[in-house]
Amino acid sequence: MAEIPLLHVHDPAGVNPGRGAGIVPGASAAKGVRAVVAGAAQVLTTVGKRTVAIAAFLVLWEVAPRLGLVDRTFLVPFSDAVRALIELAENGQLWDNTRASLGRSLAGFGIAIAAGVPLGLLIGWYRPVAEILGPLLELFRNTAALALLPVFILLLGIGETSKIAIVVYACTWPILLNTVSAVRSVDPVLVKSARSMALPAPRLFAKVILPASVPTIFTGIRLAGSGSILVLIAAEMVGAKAGLGYLVNTSQQNFAIPDMYAAIIAISVLGLVFNQLLVTLERRLTRWRPAAGA
Amino acid sequence: MTAIRLDGLGKTFPVRGGDTFTALDGVDLEVADGEFLVVVGPSGCGKSTLLDLISGLTKPTAGRVLLDGTPVTGPGLDRTTVFQQYALLPWRTAQRNVEFALEARPRLDRLGRKARAEQAREHLALVGLSGFEDRYPHELSGGMRQRVAIARALASDPKVLLMDEPFAALDAQTRDGLQEELLRIWQRTGTTVVFITHGIDEAVFLGQRVAVMTSRPGQIKELVQVRLGDRTAEADVRSSPEFAAYRHEVWSLLRDEVTVGRDREVVSVG
Ligand SMILES: Nc1ncnc2c1ncn2[C@@H]1O[C@H](COP(=O)(O)OP(=O)(O)OP(=O)(O)O)[C@@H](O)[C@H]1O
Ligand SMILES: [Mg+2]
Repeated sequence: MAEIPLLHVHDPAGVNPGRGAGIVPGASAAKGVRAVVAGAAQVLTTVGKRTVAIAAFLVLWEVAPRLGLVDRTFLVPFSDAVRALIELAENGQLWDNTRASLGRSLAGFGIAIAAGVPLGLLIGWYRPVAEILGPLLELFRNTAALALLPVFILLLGIGETSKIAIVVYACTWPILLNTVSAVRSVDPVLVKSARSMALPAPRLFAKVILPASVPTIFTGIRLAGSGSILVLIAAEMVGAKAGLGYLVNTSQQNFAIPDMYAAIIAISVLGLVFNQLLVTLERRLTRWRPAAGA
Repeated sequence: MTAIRLDGLGKTFPVRGGDTFTALDGVDLEVADGEFLVVVGPSGCGKSTLLDLISGLTKPTAGRVLLDGTPVTGPGLDRTTVFQQYALLPWRTAQRNVEFALEARPRLDRLGRKARAEQAREHLALVGLSGFEDRYPHELSGGMRQRVAIARALASDPKVLLMDEPFAALDAQTRDGLQEELLRIWQRTGTTVVFITHGIDEAVFLGQRVAVMTSRPGQIKELVQVRLGDRTAEADVRSSPEFAAYRHEVWSLLRDEVTVGRDREVVSVG
């Protein structure tokens, strides 16, 4: 029955528990084989669909410099970038810089969650507070974090603190605003029904408001997650001594162009992996949702 | 014994411009212990408002609600409400939704986890949902969801069950089936039921008495005693001549109200 998980691979929200899926054990062998073939074909089509554009892009990247369509000095072929990436991995530079970036962005991201979620719950719960603070929060959210980088550097110096602080800043707003709106958009019927059961306020909060808010809060967390890396990389290009952003910048300045592209690849892979982790976690936490638009 | 007594009950709402809107005005009503009372009335006459007052979700602006002789001051564990919109927690399975009702009690006299699960299972069985314990609400049909809501309302063993158009969103067959099931459950549990509907058939089929309300402001216009015997035993009560007679009586009472309401609206618009 190894084909069952395969059949569910592209279940968009991962909610199909396979219960009552109508797969009868001991169905005819031919049927089983057909199901496996069909399943495999389906998986291949899905994988194919999802990778074709990326593959085409990489081929273009490889071929364009080699054919002289672009200047090979400035845009090295993909394979050169990969070779540089392997080299960086072997001499430890890749790991050192990734660790530096990851440490900062996780620290900032973590602080933003720890501060943004409780604060958002509080603001959302007290309607007048939400109404008063709403416009200010919107203003902050729409102020590009990087525009504030000079301010952070002035106030906190050029070291770690200002870099983590800017990640905190960038991550806090999506988390905070999503949490506020999550609490405020809990289905009033659920609240009414819980209140009619004489559920005390703290338990109402823990058993109704909080779980009902999880999906929206998580959307904010996911936005913040990708934001944390975007902002950090840019911050690392200013006066950092380590980090992937620093690696991109120094490689460019030292004219180690393949290294620069290698660092860029590392950044996008890091971003992808981080986002995928959060998406997976989100799905686990919101398994109960009917086929949510992923 | 009187389970619920409404004593000159009134409710006004503040509206924009500093005015007040009178939704209920001087409602007097007594519901006997173990009675099945149905309330019908034109849309907007204050039926839901009335139910909210009995459940304690809102406070009256005049008069009072007495439960076994004690005034209601807020929501209590002795009353539960079934809403038209089911109000099930979508992140909980049917079983866990029923358990939810048992989690409201103060820690000291709350059942243990095992006992809660057991009681929830029993109540799901009572509404014919054995085997669906692990389904999430979105995996259930509308009728099943409303059964879960009924099981949840009954699980905490309330003295009074309040129902606000619980079957309005369901198709005719499902509704008929649930009505019979509700009567069977009511006969078995002896709970006092106040049931709101705007279906005349539903009112006559379910109610021992049917309270017809006036259009705004809501008052009890008339109480119709329905003597149809055991609806669940006899074959097809709905097509008997007695049923038709009661149906016609309630219909006439309602029609007058609807016309009055419409005329008033025309006047106020024009
Ligand atoms: N919170 C509120 N503020 C102001 N007016 C309200 C409020 N709640 C209800 N009303 C008004 O009170 C009247 C009665 O409302 P209610 O919901 O009790 O009617 P209903 O009889 O349940 O109607 P329906 O059959 O359509 O459900 C309506 O005119 C409504 O506009
Ligand atoms: Mg209503």
